[in-house]
Amino acid sequence: MQNRSPAPVMVLVAAVTFSALAFGQNAQTQHPEASKVQNATAAPAPFHDISGTWEPAGGPGDGIQPYGVKAMPNDGKPEHQLPYTPYGLQTYKSHRALIGPNEVHLTSYNDPRDTCEPLGFPRANFYNLRETQIMQNEYKVAILYEYGEAWRVIWTDGRELPKLVDGGVLVGKEVREPRFYGYSVGKWVDDSTLVVQTVGMMAEDRVWLDGTGRPISDQLRVEERFHRVNHDRMELTVTIDDPKMYTKPWIAMNKFPLRLQDPHYDVTEMYCSPSEMEKYNKLFGSPASEGADKPPGQ
Amino acid sequence: MRKSAIGVLALAAGLLGASSPLFAHHGTAVLDTSKTLTMKGNVTEWDWSNPHCLLQFDIKDESGQKVHWIAETQNPAEMVSLGWGKDSFKPGDEVTVSLMPVKNGRPYGRIKQIVLPDGKTFVTVKEGLTPKEIGDSSGGSKFENYPKQ
Repeated sequence: MQNRSPAPVMVLVAAVTFSALAFGQNAQTQHPEASKVQNATAAPAPFHDISGTWEPAGGPGDGIQPYGVKAMPNDGKPEHQLPYTPYGLQTYKSHRALIGPNEVHLTSYNDPRDTCEPLGFPRANFYNLRETQIMQNEYKVAILYEYGEAWRVIWTDGRELPKLVDGGVLVGKEVREPRFYGYSVGKWVDDSTLVVQTVGMMAEDRVWLDGTGRPISDQLRVEERFHRVNHDRMELTVTIDDPKMYTKPWIAMNKFPLRLQDPHYDVTEMYCSPSEMEKYNKLFGSPASEGADKPPGQ
Repeated sequence: MRKSAIGVLALAAGLLGASSPLFAHHGTAVLDTSKTLTMKGNVTEWDWSNPHCLLQFDIKDESGQKVHWIAETQNPAEMVSLGWGKDSFKPGDEVTVSLMPVKNGRPYGRIKQIVLPDGKTFVTVKEGLTPKEIGDSSGGSKFENYPKQ
């Protein structure tokens, strides 16, 4: 029991302590299955409220993003080339991804995802973004991702964004450690748009930006704009600013459409299990790849 | 590939092409995406787990020898949305499996659809959605013509 992760307990505590109003609002107004259909007459967006279970409006593939971030897929097209710094490009080339123009076979990848490392942020937005539960109260917004059953908290209580310093972030006078899901602060910029800034993520040896091996570093700053278009629809825009890896900020998700799910929908588990991964590789991955491997970058 | 397997009912390039399987965990580099094999056999194990569910089944080749196949689907969360479940198959069930085989000729592949004797069909793509809409990256060789970054 000592080694047991506290994460599930923390999520439960967080969920229980959130305002009942935040949970109840959608349940009262959202008819089951209504969210499945484009609703041209949807009610207006509620004031300062993005709570609910959200799913990609364009279908699951929109959130899986197998070719990398939605707005800039790693498909080799000139218009999708990222503004790498020399170090960023070097780091990208050191990543052996299973998907993309430089994809390698199952026996030679080094995606941290496949050793069940935490996906981290912002990759949680860029890989298998599926049913996403958002809960909020007057102090914070919590996002529960289906993939990896991961969660993060966005503070909306007026606190300042921690400052990036050597070794982590400065919170007050205390240097705090980098986190897989960073440190997030959100501010409402109008009645229905929450802008979230996040810093303090893990360094490049622990996390990737997307499934095609694009890099991020501990110098990364992410801006998310959650714009609730109406009661049933929301758009998410994500901007990447990482001077260590990229020469300028760029948009990874551009008004990505989300639709409100039935509030009674029970989200399926989607996890990475080391034992199941080992079994999969032994039974399928290794024999299926045998004799077909090729060096990275080829 | 074991060309002599009498369990292989059809080998056709492009067959079932419109229902290419959803995929997100890994690329298609190991798969021969131009082929679809359809074969009849009996389930030995249905493994409902991440990152991909695995169906193990036996067929018989022309000489009557048993050939053991292992084929993958997507992850459970995805398969639930397609109507598959932990109890969809049990050992001994007769199944007609259509799959994309791996390139190395061994009895492995990625499932496109499974049909039971009563006609019940399990597909790997939602009806009405295009492969692009579901994030299908089958035919990953399309990257081969793109410049490397």
